[in-house]
Amino acid sequence: MKVLIAKPGLDGHDRGAKVVAHALRDAGVEVVYTGLKRTPEEIVQEAIQEDVDVVGLSILSGAHVLLARRVVDGLRALGAGDVKVIVGGTIPPRDVDELRKIGVSRIFPMGTPLPEIVGAFTRPKETL
Amino acid sequence: MKELRAHAGFPIKPVYGPEDVAGVDFERDVGRPGEFPFTRGIHAHMYRERLWTMRQYIGFGTPVETNARFKYLMAHGQDALNVAFDLPTQLGLDSDDPRAEGEVGRVGMAIDSLADMEDAFAGIPLDRVSVSLTINGMAAPITAMYYAVAEKQGARADRVVTTPQNDILKEFVARGTWIYPVEPSLRLVADLIEYSAKHYPRSNPVSVCGYHIREAGCTTAQEMAYGLAIAAAYVELMLARGMSVDEFAPRISFNFTAWGKIFEEVAKFRAGRRLYARMMRERFGARNPKSWMFRSLIGGGGSAFVVQEPENNIVRGAYIALAAALSGAQTIALPTYDEAYTIPSAKAQLLALRTMQICAEESGAADTVDPLAGSYYVEALTNEMEKAIQAELAHVERMGGIVEAVKTGALQAEVARQAYLFELKLVSGEIPKVAANCHVGDAPAAADRDVEVYAFDPKVVEAQTARLAKIHRERDDRAARAALRRLSDEARGTTNLMVPIVEAVKAYATLGEIARAMKDVFGEHKEPVKF
Repeated sequence: MKVLIAKPGLDGHDRGAKVVAHALRDAGVEVVYTGLKRTPEEIVQEAIQEDVDVVGLSILSGAHVLLARRVVDGLRALGAGDVKVIVGGTIPPRDVDELRKIGVSRIFPMGTPLPEIVGAFTRPKETL
Repeated sequence: MKELRAHAGFPIKPVYGPEDVAGVDFERDVGRPGEFPFTRGIHAHMYRERLWTMRQYIGFGTPVETNARFKYLMAHGQDALNVAFDLPTQLGLDSDDPRAEGEVGRVGMAIDSLADMEDAFAGIPLDRVSVSLTINGMAAPITAMYYAVAEKQGARADRVVTTPQNDILKEFVARGTWIYPVEPSLRLVADLIEYSAKHYPRSNPVSVCGYHIREAGCTTAQEMAYGLAIAAAYVELMLARGMSVDEFAPRISFNFTAWGKIFEEVAKFRAGRRLYARMMRERFGARNPKSWMFRSLIGGGGSAFVVQEPENNIVRGAYIALAAALSGAQTIALPTYDEAYTIPSAKAQLLALRTMQICAEESGAADTVDPLAGSYYVEALTNEMEKAIQAELAHVERMGGIVEAVKTGALQAEVARQAYLFELKLVSGEIPKVAANCHVGDAPAAADRDVEVYAFDPKVVEAQTARLAKIHRERDDRAARAALRRLSDEARGTTNLMVPIVEAVKAYATLGEIARAMKDVFGEHKEPVKF
């Protein structure tokens, strides 16, 4: 399992992204972290170049629906639709269904315990 | 007996007594309020003479909408403002920039030009209301707009009290609204401090923030240590420009958090005040007592709040207000109970304001200065915090100093490490959170069905971009372009950029244009990605 943890958009809050990246690394997962303020297109490129299984997007600014759609669509457009996309951050419950419809595999809104997040990433990819 | 530790890491004993304060020289280390080293507070009578300023963080959508919310809270007794800008504004992108898509007006109000700032402060007299501007990378142009609005209102420059945050070093560590590389970013910080000291003597042109670094995961002692190290870096920057320390230091202010263990927070501020006073007097040779004073906004700390059973956060907010009052805050701003969901609703904001007012008027916390002084525990804890803060300051020096530690990313990596350790303590229950990791009920709380949550209005984007298009149509384009060219030219030199920035702002150059004129010269920051 190889994971890209990414910060799309303009949001500069990276505590959650780094905590998850840290925890995944401790759990034996190979993790790449993009750093802040990447465009969806840059994230798609990096996911393909790094040949990751999962992209984890961390978004706290409220722009999650737009940004997640761009990443999911971008992966599909470049023939990498098998890369799973997971979204975490300040995701109001009312947006969870919409993110699922877009094609996001798992959504971890605020308050999700860390072990649950790590558990999702360390499961076989097909079960995501 | 269970072992307990402060967030700073040292153990807390079950009982404290005279032996724990045996080494304290009360005259030297604690002293009297309003006197060096200000351990007990920066004013002799503190809240008996002047209550803390109540300054909720407000901003969303368009400037017109935000202006209405300002007035709503002021009508309920809020006496000062604390402005939230949206991310495109904080990063110098106009509302019609492709990179701004989805972010316009989301986490604060959108500002594209002076016309927007005029709307934001319409009907608010800027010679009477003090205003904090939470703006960093774009502090110079946004403050220039603020000064221009004040001037248009006819406010005298020496009556304008504004506090642009203007603390870019902490943005590289936490919060992330950096734009340019570290050195030109620091130049802009210094330009604004210098310009304001000359022309707006009552403005506070920098608010040094430990707050956001703590929110990003560091400990209490690190929060204070990093804040003090950042303040020292700005002092050195201004001294290198040939200013004397007393020309600018009296207007340096601070922004810290007070969530956590109440007594540890109080001790953090008591220790921080005396460390700052000594640093300013002994290391920098400041002679004006105002240069020795650690004046601070003490804010909430949204990371104290949890998503489960959100109304419990109202109670947490009340404890934060108490901690801030007992800590000797000059200004308090509380997080709102819905903070884990989104930006605050009007109801949540009013509740936070009411919480502070109840603390101020009803609880008795404001009756006398530094009421915890002389407590065996609090005095011993103040000494422990002082030692812990000094140890963290030494660690910063080992990283090559604060500016170098920020450039290499060593400081960011340390904060991320602490955030991870903290999270593990939440998982283990070592740091308890009621209804989240302890006393969790059988039926999970009904999430946001219980609370009214702010809903973003997508019409904001249309309104904002239409306003921007109108500015482009109606302004004197030649004047705007000439001002932008001058800004780029001067950015290549070493003169104070506030002068051309003020000119550009008054010619209705947009924030995005101003940011770009400097980006063409300065380039962009490359983040050292570490975790």
